[in-house]
Amino acid sequence: MLQTAKRAGDSASHKAVPHERYLEAFRWMLQTRIFEDKLASLYRGGMITGGVYIGRGQEAVSTACGLFLQKGDVLAPLIRDQAARATFGEPLLNVTRTYLGSRQGSMRGRDGNIHRGYPEAGQLAMISHLGAMIPVVVGKLLAKRMKGEEGFVGLTTIGEGGMQTGATHEGMNIAAVEKVPFVLVASNNHFAYSTPNDREFACAHLVDRARGYGYEGHQIDGTDLAACLEVIGGAVERARAGGPPQLVVAQLLRLAGHGEHDDASYVPPEMKKERWAQDCVALTEQLALKNNWLDAEALKQWRTEISAEVDKAVETAQREAAPVGSEEDWCAMSTRELVDVVGE
Amino acid sequence: MSITYLEAIREAQAHLLREDERVFIYGQDVSGKFGGAFKATKGLAAEFPGRVLNTPISEDAMVGTAIGAAMEGMRPIVEMQFADFSSVALNQILNNAGTQYWRTNIPCPITVRLPSGGTKGSGPFHSQSMEAIYSHYPGLVVVAPATVEDAYTMLIDAVAIDDPVIYCEHKYLYYHLKADALPKDRLPIGKARIVRPGRDLSIVTYSAMVHEALAVAKQFSADGIEIEVVDLRSVKPLDTDTVLASVARTGRLLCVGESFPWGGATAEIVARVATEGFHLLDAAPARINAKDTPIPYHPNLWSEHRPNAKSIAAKARQVLAE
Repeated sequence: MLQTAKRAGDSASHKAVPHERYLEAFRWMLQTRIFEDKLASLYRGGMITGGVYIGRGQEAVSTACGLFLQKGDVLAPLIRDQAARATFGEPLLNVTRTYLGSRQGSMRGRDGNIHRGYPEAGQLAMISHLGAMIPVVVGKLLAKRMKGEEGFVGLTTIGEGGMQTGATHEGMNIAAVEKVPFVLVASNNHFAYSTPNDREFACAHLVDRARGYGYEGHQIDGTDLAACLEVIGGAVERARAGGPPQLVVAQLLRLAGHGEHDDASYVPPEMKKERWAQDCVALTEQLALKNNWLDAEALKQWRTEISAEVDKAVETAQREAAPVGSEEDWCAMSTRELVDVVGE
Repeated sequence: MSITYLEAIREAQAHLLREDERVFIYGQDVSGKFGGAFKATKGLAAEFPGRVLNTPISEDAMVGTAIGAAMEGMRPIVEMQFADFSSVALNQILNNAGTQYWRTNIPCPITVRLPSGGTKGSGPFHSQSMEAIYSHYPGLVVVAPATVEDAYTMLIDAVAIDDPVIYCEHKYLYYHLKADALPKDRLPIGKARIVRPGRDLSIVTYSAMVHEALAVAKQFSADGIEIEVVDLRSVKPLDTDTVLASVARTGRLLCVGESFPWGGATAEIVARVATEGFHLLDAAPARINAKDTPIPYHPNLWSEHRPNAKSIAAKARQVLAE
């Protein structure tokens, strides 16, 4: 089954998403944008060691990925999922702690930036190898079923770049074989680092792969928040209700470099004129104001509140102690008596 | 009653499934009446419905799935059909399972069974010993039982460990080794065993090579030379204390491993003894491994590729003559 959601502004997608939900999602998108702008600025100011990877242009998709998850669900976010992470319960403080090197972050300085997980809220810590988190989600879901839990769902994201790895193929297939309640949201942001679609894959539409794996497939314009909410929300609901695994492919453009070290000069100017290349945050704001779901004063208030939250998260993390090599517990295993000791 | 090394592995898994509801077996062809390419899970699917699961030919996803299940509180045992194919799952084992606890503080108790080592006619892709690769990376326990008793108790102990364990079971020993009964006692993982005491030379080895070393020791004993044979049992952690104590008794060291020669367990032992026990040595430490080529198919070539009693004996004479 292949579904294609219509664009916001078309009457069909509006009916499915109440404007309260739309505004709730928009606030998360706005928070993500303001927060990631701050992270990028800290990076440019030399305040962050290592890379900064942001999801500019992907906030609508990512927000929808987190918004429909519930306690007991599993989220395996990737590098452009600040919105999904926040929406599904990771505090901004854990992000700033990780980026700014506080020993109090969930990774304690042992891993950085977007590799962080947040297990308290069901969020796995990704490894950099793309597709590797798919079977891990499958295993979490399989174990939940073995333990007799019900009503849970697992969601992970990928890009069109990550769709081309062997791990993604194995993972997508084993999810379907195990019949676990699984949703894969793939954002085609049109570049694997700098490599465009024509050197990434040769099929007409990535969503066509859904049928080959026994998934239900959906494609959306990733700049259209209403479509993202309707389709990704619907996919989560279908999987939770016992449907087959779901593949959602979103068309959008990454409105930033691969990381903040990258100026993305390889993006051709004509591509930026595509409908799916627009800024989803700006589009969502315009639509909310146009329909009088939100007035300019309330929006200004939101921005003020969010900036205060962001500043507080940054300032708190900056005051906290960094990890210290001489005090570190250099032990990679939980079973201490089995640690191998090499005399020096 | 007699029990083979392979049957001990099956019995250990039956015991684990019976005693611990968190345990399940995940691998290719392990389920149904088939019970695995080597029959290490024969009959278990019928006895434990829903807990012995066939997988697609997807080593990477098999291990990834096991990692997720382990983080969710289960104790999965992954059967690789051959150790060689675990190379497809290296990323999940090394980068995901091996880093998980360090990065996130969440234990990752998976056990990956690797049918390892050479048998004649198996060739380059069904004969490998992978313990060196897994030992090189942090976060993993790597064991290589050499006896029926260890095959049984070390698999049970492996599954109880809260960290990922690579369990290297030797295919040559599957049918060649027999014991009268399952063991009642156990030596914990991480401890080496002196399998034959001696005073003239220490041969430190593990897995199938323990039996080649024992054959050499027996042969030398007839000439009045007493070789001490140390079975490491676990490659990581490596029981350096037992090795050093043995070298302190004999003054001479020969390490034997079936895997490729560059680096690996034998090099590690030599390095540790040279670093920590240089004063104990009366002769330069030596080591012998397989040749630095892919593992050959033809029995005439295969038997020369791996160390054997003849090549070990020749090396032992060199070390003793020094």
